[in-house]
Amino acid sequence: MAGKEWPLWEVFIRSKQGLNHKHVGSIHAADAEMAVENARDVYTRRSEGISIWVVESSQVFASDPADSDALFEPANSKIYRHPTFYEVPDGVGHM
Amino acid sequence: MKEQNLADLEAAFNEKLKQDIRIEPKDWMPDAYRKTLIRQISQHAHSEIVGMLPEGNWITRAPNLRRKAVLLAKVQDEAGHGQYLYSAMETLGFSREQSIDDMHTGKAKYSSIFNYPTLTWADMGAVGWLVDGAAIMNQVPLCRTSYGPYARAMVRICKEESFHQRQGYEIMCTLMKGSEDQKAMAQDALNRFWWPALMMFGPSDAESTHTQQSIDWKIKRHTNDELRQMFVDASVPQAQLIGLTIPDPDLKWNEERGHYDFGEIDWEEFKQVVSGNGPCNAERIAARVKAKEEGMWVREAAMAYAEKKKAKKAS
Repeated sequence: MAGKEWPLWEVFIRSKQGLNHKHVGSIHAADAEMAVENARDVYTRRSEGISIWVVESSQVFASDPADSDALFEPANSKIYRHPTFYEVPDGVGHM
Repeated sequence: MKEQNLADLEAAFNEKLKQDIRIEPKDWMPDAYRKTLIRQISQHAHSEIVGMLPEGNWITRAPNLRRKAVLLAKVQDEAGHGQYLYSAMETLGFSREQSIDDMHTGKAKYSSIFNYPTLTWADMGAVGWLVDGAAIMNQVPLCRTSYGPYARAMVRICKEESFHQRQGYEIMCTLMKGSEDQKAMAQDALNRFWWPALMMFGPSDAESTHTQQSIDWKIKRHTNDELRQMFVDASVPQAQLIGLTIPDPDLKWNEERGHYDFGEIDWEEFKQVVSGNGPCNAERIAARVKAKEEGMWVREAAMAYAEKKKAKKAS
């Protein structure tokens, strides 16, 4: 199949009701329906999921690890976003 | 890339390894690290796929429906394991198709154990017990390997693999409770698979060309000889418990070392099988090539159908 390999799909599985879909790996399939079926066979042989999402891998746009410092720095410097930043008297109990 | 920049990247990479922080697909990594992983993961994936053949051989001849359902589930798991591993390998930027072609031309290897034939039903016992047992010994430490996608694939595989070993050992137990012929069949399977199973851990540490670098990179966590010793120590009591004899006159417990001493492996046989001259090398590759070629029209038709549907939707 020179140049005609089935496209790659990223697979996300919801393991049970109430939890997020979580990335588990990838599979090849000709289209989205087949991707769901293949993901079922490859990633849920032991009842690991109740719902499957598939996304064509080429559609995923990811951040660059080389830019991580600049990208995530604004959060690191804002420690006042955490409750432990604030001083309250001992007597106040749980707050 | 500037030299200074490269040195910084390499230092950051080494620091991550030192702190046991996993390397992820988009992180910078040395070319040699990437190549080593591609070689190891694809070899591992090919082993899972070729590993379906010796057992697939017995699905239609399993002695009862329970054994047949189990064997079918096990072989399906092996296909799944191959898929997890190919998918981990693809995150390194190497195509699955290329990797499979490399196996078919002999450029990429798979585990030499699958080049031995499965002659009797007892071989399904020996393969599950010893071959999957050896694979587990190899794979458990790989759950902590430094490359994230490989480690995650190994976690899934290890969870599934323990049923494989137990079902094999159960077959051996059942045969050992049977007639004299059945006991002899189990012993014969052990005789044929024991030494090839020990060879699964690869060349001895003194001969292994990749071990030290792979350990420095935390791809491998134990040397071949360490894993082989762990396997012998675990398997000998299991054999004794059901009345099987390990086919090694030099095997004896060494009180001082706290391990079993065992005889010399026939490295010439290992070399021959790895280099393509084992009893089933040609047959295994021929089966894989046939599967690829004869399935080609199905894959092409599925792709053409998907494209047609997409075009129809767009219009």
